[in-house]
Amino acid sequence: MRPWMARLALIPVLLWMVATLSFFLLRAVPGGPFHRERAPASREAEAALKARYHWDEPLWRQYERYLGNVIRGDLGPSLKYRDHSVNDLLGQTVPVSLSLGAMAFGVAIGLGIPLGALAALKRGGWADYAAAGLTLVGVCVPVFVLGPLLVLVFGLWLGWFPVALWGSWQNAVLPTLTLGLYFAARVARWMREGMIEVLRSPHVQTARAKGLSETAVILRHVMPVALVPVISYTGPMLADLLTGSFVVENVFQIPGTGAFFINSFFSRDYTMMMGMVLFYSVLLQVLNLMSDLLLRWVDPRIRS
Amino acid sequence: MIHSLVQQNALVRKTGVFCCLHCWAGLFESLRRWLAVRALGVVLSVGAWVLAGCSPLERADLVLHNGPEPETIDPQILTGQADGRIASALFEGLTRFNPTNGTAMPGLASHWEISSDGLTYLFFLRPEARWSTGEPIEANEVVWSWRRAVTPATAADYASQFFCIRKGRAIVNGELRDASQLGAEALDAHTVRVHLENPTPYFLELMASRVFFPVPRRAVERWGDHWIRAEPLPCSGPYQLLSWRVNDRFRLRRNPQYWDAAQVTAERIDILSGDNPSTALNLFLNGEVDLISDRKIIPGELGPELAARPDFHRFDYLGQDFIRFNTTRKPFQDARVRRAVAMALDRSRITAHITRMGERPSAAVTPAGTGGYQPPAGLSYDPATARRLLGEAGYPEGRGFPAIEYTFNVGSRIYEQTGVEIQSMLREHLGIRVELRPLEWKTYLTEMSALNYDFIRGSWVGDYDDPMTFLDCFLSDSGNNRTGWKDLRYDRLLQAAAAEADPQRRLEILREAETLLVVEAVPVTGLYSHVGLYAADPRKVGGIWPNRMDEHPFFSMRRIRP
Repeated sequence: MRPWMARLALIPVLLWMVATLSFFLLRAVPGGPFHRERAPASREAEAALKARYHWDEPLWRQYERYLGNVIRGDLGPSLKYRDHSVNDLLGQTVPVSLSLGAMAFGVAIGLGIPLGALAALKRGGWADYAAAGLTLVGVCVPVFVLGPLLVLVFGLWLGWFPVALWGSWQNAVLPTLTLGLYFAARVARWMREGMIEVLRSPHVQTARAKGLSETAVILRHVMPVALVPVISYTGPMLADLLTGSFVVENVFQIPGTGAFFINSFFSRDYTMMMGMVLFYSVLLQVLNLMSDLLLRWVDPRIRS
Repeated sequence: MIHSLVQQNALVRKTGVFCCLHCWAGLFESLRRWLAVRALGVVLSVGAWVLAGCSPLERADLVLHNGPEPETIDPQILTGQADGRIASALFEGLTRFNPTNGTAMPGLASHWEISSDGLTYLFFLRPEARWSTGEPIEANEVVWSWRRAVTPATAADYASQFFCIRKGRAIVNGELRDASQLGAEALDAHTVRVHLENPTPYFLELMASRVFFPVPRRAVERWGDHWIRAEPLPCSGPYQLLSWRVNDRFRLRRNPQYWDAAQVTAERIDILSGDNPSTALNLFLNGEVDLISDRKIIPGELGPELAARPDFHRFDYLGQDFIRFNTTRKPFQDARVRRAVAMALDRSRITAHITRMGERPSAAVTPAGTGGYQPPAGLSYDPATARRLLGEAGYPEGRGFPAIEYTFNVGSRIYEQTGVEIQSMLREHLGIRVELRPLEWKTYLTEMSALNYDFIRGSWVGDYDDPMTFLDCFLSDSGNNRTGWKDLRYDRLLQAAAAEADPQRRLEILREAETLLVVEAVPVTGLYSHVGLYAADPRKVGGIWPNRMDEHPFFSMRRIRP
């Protein structure tokens, strides 16, 4: 069996472990989803509510029931948003986060790779310093500062883009930049380092000695190898981007999944929390696997 | 058909899934192209494609920011204020709130008759009242809805509001299994008769509150718990539901079947959901939102500055912050210690330097003016007496006083700073050392209910404009008591007030009860009464007035065209 197939087979086992651990950990936290400032109308009503969600059963029985439902693809009703199921909430919010993540990924790659490459090629020159400065700012300025700053300048002062909400391409510009710039800066750094290392390697000297043009050397012999560190970083990066950043979605009031990561815990929305954990686990596993496969394709050294 | 996804969601979903595929395809593609030529343009095309796929949403006639995403909009289940606002746009009770002052005015019922003893109400429903789907709203549907609300299996937290109706309490408590015993009956298609346990001066206001809204019986019977997602959703209020995207917005359309549709001028309204106050403010300042209807999503630290603007409206609100003492353990077992602490607090320091919105300092539990009532002054600031009381309790100058903790919920700068202020006042005046114990919301609630605290921050928002809504929290058997304090005298006074037909005498008895609560026994001592705030540019939005119930009905709200 090929190693990647073994990894694929391992995903369900991993998911089961994650589900089990988080199920019991969540139940160990004090307070419950229906613990509110206002006490229930009566004990009878409280008991009815518990019965509806099977909380009157022993914990192992609830665990068994939950696992059974998950296997059938039913993540259960949300305990906070009582008019929705977890599937429904994920169905509504995941596509939004995915769109935002994909666009931010475009910014990260589209800006980061050329910037990093330029810095490496013009090493020590003004382009390198400019790129270094930009990436430093990109990495250092946190999203919760950059977001409001962009809103202030381009939303409130210049009025070029809406300050928040989701629905048109204008809405997407500021959040995409906010989320993408940080990752662009990181990609640029990886790219620069990767390229500098490759430029010094013997195979590049051989290519030059063969009399290839500089463009051909860079495109054919430098880039593929220099991209390796970037690609190995894209898996987790894409997972981060696609699940949306809590901060960016919060600042721009974007109806993505980000809010649920934090709020479903604070509201003890057990089912939603579990749904998020499982969703993120699947995404992370799949994306890691894909970035590995991509690496094997780009870098022959790994294949052998 | 049940919403699986509203129209817009379907659009976004398609876009999103495609985005994901496209994104990976784009990655591969971009790498190849990069190796051949250059990648930049291609990778950016991923984003560009997505952008092109989104079509902008047309602006509604009126855009409101409603605060956090509602937990449910089922009128009988909901408890949150944001939830209630959506429900009151879609549904209506036998009465509705007068937008100018929050009192009751005719709603689905055109008029009513009250018996001389105040115990029997006859409501006459409008024959023209219809659900947005066309079916008539009839008396038996009203009674059926109320029976649904009191049935314990429905688990409506506000079912306790039915305690004033005959047999209501017994049914909610599960002592009476048959909900049809509730003291409400349909005399004919358009007449509902209600028998009350006690004369209830605020009963007509209760009829305007959400838990009493009739719900569409056929939809509820067909879809069960999920009826609210039925499409089309039968609505009885000024608006009907067009689409609902979680954490984004409710889009509503004028309900032409509404009996008072002529008054409703906005064709479409958007009600936004979000919990970031700065974002809400930006949207308002930028003109993308016409109205912010919740104080909680107006940035607290800017409150005093914003309140001075002409488009921000401040008003006295039916809410109170207070401190609960754990009367079941030392040192607050002793009423003298509780009184000493209550008298060592200079509440004006909190309102002047921390809350800063013109809140009224108050040592009582009921805000002044609730239902025309004046609460007792409570134990006002008097450090000398406080020290004497503490000495009498066996802790002269605070000597031998055990280490105590002040518990509060995190999430607001105000609660934290108030804790620090209380800490310093008690050290200064009584020589008591207080540790602060900030807890996350659910843990805070659990610890409070389990009486696992020394003294703790508390607050209450009235459900109707009457002192009873505050005072009945501290009945011996109330789940909202959470102090361990039980006093039969207090219970009897509240019973006597409930049975009293003379409104003036009734308020006097309530005052006597509150005096026992906040002057004598002091399981709780007030800090300050809340102030409400909403944002609306009076040049753009009309038909909305500040009132202490913070009720801003949708039927009167309108956009002023320039």
